[in-house]
Amino acid sequence: MEIVKNAIAGTLESSDVLVKVSPSQDGTVTLHIQSEVIKQFGKQIRATVMQTLEALSVSAATIVVSDKGALDCVIRARVQAAVLRAADAQDLDWNVL
Amino acid sequence: MKLRRSMLFVPGDAAGMVSTSFVFKPDTIMFDLEDAVSPREKDSARLLVYQALRHPAYRDIETAVRINELDTEYGPKDLEMAVRGGADLIRLPKTETAADIELLDRHITRIEQACGRPIGQTRVIAAIESASGVVNAVSITRASPRMIAVALAGFDYLVDMQSERSGGSEPELFYARAAVLHAARAAGIGAYDVAYGDVNDIGGFLREVMIAKNLGFNGKSLIHPRQIQPLHKAYAPTRQELAYARRVIEAAEKAKREGLGVTSLDGKMIDPPVIAHAELVIRRAEAA
Repeated sequence: MEIVKNAIAGTLESSDVLVKVSPSQDGTVTLHIQSEVIKQFGKQIRATVMQTLEALSVSAATIVVSDKGALDCVIRARVQAAVLRAADAQDLDWNVL
Repeated sequence: MKLRRSMLFVPGDAAGMVSTSFVFKPDTIMFDLEDAVSPREKDSARLLVYQALRHPAYRDIETAVRINELDTEYGPKDLEMAVRGGADLIRLPKTETAADIELLDRHITRIEQACGRPIGQTRVIAAIESASGVVNAVSITRASPRMIAVALAGFDYLVDMQSERSGGSEPELFYARAAVLHAARAAGIGAYDVAYGDVNDIGGFLREVMIAKNLGFNGKSLIHPRQIQPLHKAYAPTRQELAYARRVIEAAEKAKREGLGVTSLDGKMIDPPVIAHAELVIRRAEAA
């Protein structure tokens, strides 16, 4: 899936996460994570984001994740929404979501 | 019939509620993709609800999704997500005719076939929100074997009727409640009363709960977790009611063993409707 524009999904409310996706400058995935629980859950957040990107076949993008204590399922959903918006995707393959 | 007293609405775009609402233990959690979600967040809410439906925390609780109307750009996508996500129930808003349910049934069957769910596993609740819906309630309740309940939606109905809530005994809702309830009972399915909008007014909420309970509604649609326990308490039988129900069941079982068609208890006849009511009382007590 090709990222063609900037897009945002989620919020900065408690238990949510704000995900910003934009086109890559260098053809790779760059991920920045901000979270109050980064020491405890930083690796897990990173793994969830990367797995979600891989499932959506995103190989080049800049991702900024501002976490407010979101569960994995919320992170996955917000990354999916931001990527699909950024890729202008209209038809979803539910099998990969 | 599964005991369904409380159907809690959870806004589909509210991550905090979507990821934690199971802790409140309503009988059914209703993820809302319709009125609670703004048009610009419909896509994101749909994905959030899809992930929640597949989360292990929601495996042991009945889940429903209120989709957008099927003639909107959102409705078919909501339905695709909900059926593939494994929602137990689909709540169709603004149901006006049996044809609305028949169309929904065909869409669900197509999606179940495509994703490998057993045909017929996804059940349906029709929300009746207009004079047309109330008038057509009998045919709506019989429109599909997927139908498990109808739910009356008071706000839209009263707008359609050019009326408004009066409080008290709510005469403005009496005909709709009675009509929807009769249609549901005649079809052998459940019926949910309207949601109560003032979450801080538990007294007013309970007054309305008793109206619904006494009419015969299975329960109510709820808009806030704090309404769950008062509702469950109101539907819970008293000790006397429970003790009598147990004696009815004992008397019925004794009569069955002795080959009697009917029996009596304290001078009152015990026949199948009395037994069915006693079983309902016991089930409500066990769930309380």
